[in-house]
Amino acid sequence: MRWMLRKDLLILARSRVMVGVLVLYPIVVALLIGLAISRAPSKPKVAIANLSPPGATVELGGTRLNVGHYYSQLFSQVQPVPVATRAQAVAAVQSGRVLAAVVIPANIASRLSSVTDQGHVEVIYNGDALEQSFVHSTIEAALSQANLELSNQIRRVAARVIGALVQGGSLGVPGAPQNLPGLSAIPGILRRVIAHQPQGADRAQLEHLADFSEFAAQNLGVSREVLSTVSQPIQVQSTLMHGRRTPLDTYAVVVAVSISLMFVCVLLAAGGVALEREEHTLARLVRGLVSREQLIAEKLLLAAGCAAVVAFAMLAGIGAFVGLDWGRVGQWVAALVVAALAFAALGVAIGALAREVRAASLLAFLLSLPLAFLALVPAGAVAGGVYDAIRAISLVFPYKAALQALDAAVNGSSPGLGVSLAHLLALTALFAVLARLGLSRAE
Amino acid sequence: MIGSTSEPLLAVRNLGKRYGEREALRDVSFEARAGERVAVIGPNGAGKTTLLSIVAGALRPSTGSVSLPPGRVGWVPQQTALYSRLTVAENLELFARLERSPDPRAAVVTMLEQAGLQERASERVERLSGGNRQRVNIAIGLLSEPPALVLDEPSSSLDPRQRERLWRFICAHSEQGRCVVFSTHNVAEAERYAQQVIVLADGELLFSGSPQELARAAGTDGGLGFEGAFVEFLRERGH
Repeated sequence: MRWMLRKDLLILARSRVMVGVLVLYPIVVALLIGLAISRAPSKPKVAIANLSPPGATVELGGTRLNVGHYYSQLFSQVQPVPVATRAQAVAAVQSGRVLAAVVIPANIASRLSSVTDQGHVEVIYNGDALEQSFVHSTIEAALSQANLELSNQIRRVAARVIGALVQGGSLGVPGAPQNLPGLSAIPGILRRVIAHQPQGADRAQLEHLADFSEFAAQNLGVSREVLSTVSQPIQVQSTLMHGRRTPLDTYAVVVAVSISLMFVCVLLAAGGVALEREEHTLARLVRGLVSREQLIAEKLLLAAGCAAVVAFAMLAGIGAFVGLDWGRVGQWVAALVVAALAFAALGVAIGALAREVRAASLLAFLLSLPLAFLALVPAGAVAGGVYDAIRAISLVFPYKAALQALDAAVNGSSPGLGVSLAHLLALTALFAVLARLGLSRAE
Repeated sequence: MIGSTSEPLLAVRNLGKRYGEREALRDVSFEARAGERVAVIGPNGAGKTTLLSIVAGALRPSTGSVSLPPGRVGWVPQQTALYSRLTVAENLELFARLERSPDPRAAVVTMLEQAGLQERASERVERLSGGNRQRVNIAIGLLSEPPALVLDEPSSSLDPRQRERLWRFICAHSEQGRCVVFSTHNVAEAERYAQQVIVLADGELLFSGSPQELARAAGTDGGLGFEGAFVEFLRERGH
């Protein structure tokens, strides 16, 4: 096997263009995919026609809220393109300069101050269905966030007023009485007065008033908590079921490296076996010089070794720019080597079916690329039945397992590294058996 | 000399090969002695390559046996089985090592000399002419110094001058006592270089004997020449 390995390395060394393409092309594809995954969608350009007067404030319970603060919630999630009028906003949308426009009316501050009237914001859309969907979601989310912010402000003001009514103090509203006694103090005051009152109708009325003020103080106190609940009825508390959270950028690294590993491995292994057929040397070899099993093992080692080195170099290179945990380097190597073996076994099986290198390379490309994309389809993105089919396909081809192994090795995600490695080893054995069956055709 | 001329060096007994329902070879037997050259001739699809591949151990027979194991039969397949990106010497050395030659480097030097390829030793196979590739192909078949050499249409892609040089090379090896079994479509080559001719058609052995005996069996009295006698022989038997 040593001489066969030496021979293949010599052939590789003399096929510099092929090796260059074999290494560079997958790396470029992997980096593009990684970039696409890691980069969040850019903020849509939205024209903002703010027709409210500069410095307009909303007055709630004596507290002034700057309308500009309310807008900033909206502006932070889009690329704002300021326009002066609604007509200019419409024109900007129609010309395609922006994907949407938000028109903030002049009376928004007064309507919000009235508390009883809702403020209205007009949103104007353009673009294709995808763009509309994206910009619609972004603006809806931004408006919801701004509404929540405003509602929190209102809750805080209302709670302060209720607090002053219950506990006493000043409302802070011009013209309102200062140093209020507070509802909670009134029952005590009344009961002290009642103690000096003779029995009779006046005393009964005073006792009735004391009971009412005690009841009112208790229930107004509760209403502050009720306001909190009403303003934000659902609060998000995140719990991750397994492992730890994978940051998007390191996940993108894992995707990029696993795709590179797959391409280099599958193409090299498939091409290596197909070359033996193309050069008509396979029959000469298997008539006693090298067994078919040895030949499969040699091609596995060659492809897995070369691809694992390329992938490790890529991972280490990216690691210089993205924060990777070098303390896990042993796990990286284990994941890369076992994943490379599984990909190489798939490649050898493909090569055993093809009669020439070009056919093997084409078959390897045609099979690998969709498998990689299928493995990246998230649950819920397609119908349940389709996703089950995707899972079944991903189970019998090595890409998904390799991605999970590398993700576990690099990011400590789940399923654990051991499970993925066992899966990959099982697939290695499966494809090696298929390759052996394919090589029976050497006759 | 590799062996005695009286005892058969290679004995092929009742060989048969089936591919599913199709019978590619049916009950073929022949013997070859040391120094003897045996030509296998027949129309396309007769089973010549199948027979030679089985004799060389590259194909398993469905029935029958070959007296020599694959390691003692040198095989020269129809298409040159070489690594085109390796040099002539690298190809020879690789196969010498795979053949577990006791001294691979010495075997390479010997073969380069015998095949007249010393000048081309460091040239990549992809840059060689068809004739030189075939010489390397044959040299690899001879690396283990086997007592029997099997060549599948060795001269098919060569020009007359290259063919002449090839046959001189092959004859030199058979004269050293090696038995040579070759297939050819060039019937004149069989008449000129073979002591024994085997005629196959549809996987069946139709004739085994000397070229002269084949001419007599065709009943042409030499009037049609050897090629004409061969065609007549096949025609009479429905091929």
